[in-house]
Amino acid sequence: MAEAAGPGLGYEECVRPHLDYLYGVALRLCGNRTAAEDLLQDALLRAFRAFRSLRDREHPRRWLTRVLTSAFYDRVRMELNDALHRSVEEDFDLFDKIAEEDPFPYSDRVHLDFLELFDDARILEVLQGLAPQHRVAVILAYVYGFTAREIGEFTGRPVGTVLSWLHRGRKQLERELWEHAVSHHLIDRGAVGR
Amino acid sequence: MISCREAVARLWAYLDRNLERLQEQELEEHLGLCRHCCGELEFARHVRALLQRPGAAVELPTETRAKLEDFIRQLGGGA
Repeated sequence: MAEAAGPGLGYEECVRPHLDYLYGVALRLCGNRTAAEDLLQDALLRAFRAFRSLRDREHPRRWLTRVLTSAFYDRVRMELNDALHRSVEEDFDLFDKIAEEDPFPYSDRVHLDFLELFDDARILEVLQGLAPQHRVAVILAYVYGFTAREIGEFTGRPVGTVLSWLHRGRKQLERELWEHAVSHHLIDRGAVGR
Repeated sequence: MISCREAVARLWAYLDRNLERLQEQELEEHLGLCRHCCGELEFARHVRALLQRPGAAVELPTETRAKLEDFIRQLGGGA
């Protein structure tokens, strides 16, 4: 995807090439198409308002990610205090859990079999189970390759906080994947309950 | 040598190439001797790949694209 917009380009030319990318980010953050579209529209409006004062027009994708993330972060701000108090079981290890519980006793690739239970809709659902700040960090870092420093800039939080979000987000993700499989009866509960 | 617990804690940062050189060397030394942690590293790779799938497969719906492009045009036109 083209990154540089060039200093002479206007708002439309700067934004349009990145719509698909932005929709992908919004969909992962929000979990459904309607909310993703709404978030994206909000972000486009914010981007328009900030565009005149934008000095670095060489990296519109990074800038637009920042605007979108900030819009999302503002929306979920009310949930953050609550989420911060939600405990994350940091000792949970999905790899070990699958090995111990062995939900596919006749398989010699039990870990891969477990992951294959998750289609795209289920992955989006699992991501929604993460606390919002963990979700932002996990998605931007592991899906899009942004650094902790960049995510800190996008959300206005220190790098140390983002690193903590990533650690807790990974642990929460592992727990959510397991609980989703159990609660949706994707695995043999007889085997799991042994 | 670092413990399995420490090695596992570094795996995702290792995949992101976010470790300091010494931390990376310590992890690689551990991975060279520990099949369990090699399996866990491979598993982490697969989990990351799983996360990358949904947005990549879903295209911006035509109707939504038209709506957003119209919105952008209106904003641009009003500048």
